[in-house]
Amino acid sequence: MLTWMKKLLASGAVALAIGATGVMATTAAFAQEAKPAVAAAAAAVAAAPALVPNKADTAWMMVCTALVLLMTLPGLALFYGGLTRSKNILSICMQCFMVFSLITVLWAIYGYSFAFTEGGAFIGGLDRLFLGGMTPDSVAATFSKGVVIPEYVFMAFQAVFATITCCLIIGSFAERAKFSAILVFMIIWFTFSYLPIAHMVWFWPGPDDIKDAASLEAITARAGWLWQKGVLDFAGGTVVHINAAIAGLVGSYVIGKRVGYGKEAMKPHNLVYVMSGAALLWFGWFGFNAGSALEANGSAALAFVNTYLATAAAVLGWSVAEWVLKGKPSMLGAASGCVAGLVAITPAAGFVGPMGALIIGVIAGVACLWGVTGLKKILGSDDSLDVFGVHGVGGITGALLTGVFADPALGGTGIWDYVANAAAADYSIASQLWIQAQGVLTTLIWSGVVSFIAFKLIDMVIGLRVKEDEEREGLDISSHGEAAYES
Amino acid sequence: MKLITAIIKPFKLDEVREALSEVGVSGITVTEVKGFGRQKGHTELYRGAEYVVDFLPKVKIEAAVEDGILERAIEAIEKSARTGKIGDGKIFVSPVEHVIRIRTGETGASAL
Repeated sequence: MLTWMKKLLASGAVALAIGATGVMATTAAFAQEAKPAVAAAAAAVAAAPALVPNKADTAWMMVCTALVLLMTLPGLALFYGGLTRSKNILSICMQCFMVFSLITVLWAIYGYSFAFTEGGAFIGGLDRLFLGGMTPDSVAATFSKGVVIPEYVFMAFQAVFATITCCLIIGSFAERAKFSAILVFMIIWFTFSYLPIAHMVWFWPGPDDIKDAASLEAITARAGWLWQKGVLDFAGGTVVHINAAIAGLVGSYVIGKRVGYGKEAMKPHNLVYVMSGAALLWFGWFGFNAGSALEANGSAALAFVNTYLATAAAVLGWSVAEWVLKGKPSMLGAASGCVAGLVAITPAAGFVGPMGALIIGVIAGVACLWGVTGLKKILGSDDSLDVFGVHGVGGITGALLTGVFADPALGGTGIWDYVANAAAADYSIASQLWIQAQGVLTTLIWSGVVSFIAFKLIDMVIGLRVKEDEEREGLDISSHGEAAYES
Repeated sequence: MKLITAIIKPFKLDEVREALSEVGVSGITVTEVKGFGRQKGHTELYRGAEYVVDFLPKVKIEAAVEDGILERAIEAIEKSARTGKIGDGKIFVSPVEHVIRIRTGETGASAL
């Protein structure tokens, strides 16, 4: 995150020269003398003595990081595990646990560097390989000028996002995929889909050096491809949910349906787990969305409230629609509506007003109910735990509606103008919708293609499925040698 | 001596046990079972998937009784297990050749 400063200073960029103070001039000279790796940290410390992390921001972001961990372990594991048959719950828990740990390690080795350092418009650079050059004094930019957080915290916060995204995918091919194949797929997909998409949508050098139109342009030009286009994705509607959902859907096609699908009953074995998991996701999602403000400020408060409200609206939306259309409001429906609302508000959390959030929630609840019923029939694949129906449909709904309800006329925050230091006066729903759609389409195509190639490759080399008799016996015993319940 | 095997609705178990005690049946064996009959099953809906549940939970009671109280025992089960709705269950009666109490080795009526 600091390489932008280093390069700015080293090249004597115009942007800095405009507001240059004596301190900054000294720093530029210092940075030019220093070796590049040292320059980043040195520049950060020396360039702006004011840029010391606020302790409240730091504490808040560490809590948020731990909250997001809770979403996967045990939240998602319980939510998914309860949806499977009793012979497969441990395989789901184990997949979540291992994928979480695997991606965490990869994130530290190369993931963070490729996603969040400056490189090209599509992928970052190598500056933070093995977290090299990062010290307790390293800082990362936020969305406010002059406000930073420790880079270690920023790195860890982004790590738990990468991990949960990968864990979301396993729901699509639950109850039949080979464990080793899942791990190999995750390495490939994380590297070639998660990292580029995260870089494209989220990487930018930070607002601190934006002083005028020219410096804004210079800073923006070094950001990720979709950031440059102006895609609004507060906490990961595209990067996390659409990205994971399309990967899962492709996986469910390539891997094929479960043995007995459509003939045997494959009903959830424990809806209390499903409810508990959904509730933990809701709780942890406060860290996910409000934490994405990167500060403990008003933007975080707005995201917090929206995460609260939209989810409640989605629970009502799904349950009432199910009650009217199917005859009974089910606990599974309420839990699914909860997740649908959380997914949909994710990209919008810090951009829309509370009433916008309520509307997004209701629409997402009903849309995702269609996603797991009508759309599922059309798609015709065995997406076991409805990853695409909930995360894909909810993610797309949220990403597009962000473009609508971010409009200040509809209670949104609009788009922040870092030159004027105020919300931009003009906002066009139509043009923002088109920008949002580009973000959605880019993610669908990119992740879809990467996933298809990855699954096909793995199928040829080690195979994607367990043997049929192993699948009938259940993955808990056949893949992991243990059973969740005494029989 | 006869063996009474009754399939009843699970929530009627306590009433049936009390009724049998009153007519002098000294012990019963209870098993949780599933069955399929005229009552048929029901459908369950999970997200889009609809499952027909054919087998419904029932309770199976087994009691060995002396011929002298057989009729009263059957009557007790009938009365206590009846709701009048479909699915109340059935009573089967079959002959018993021999009974032995394991602890004492007693046989016949005194083993009951």
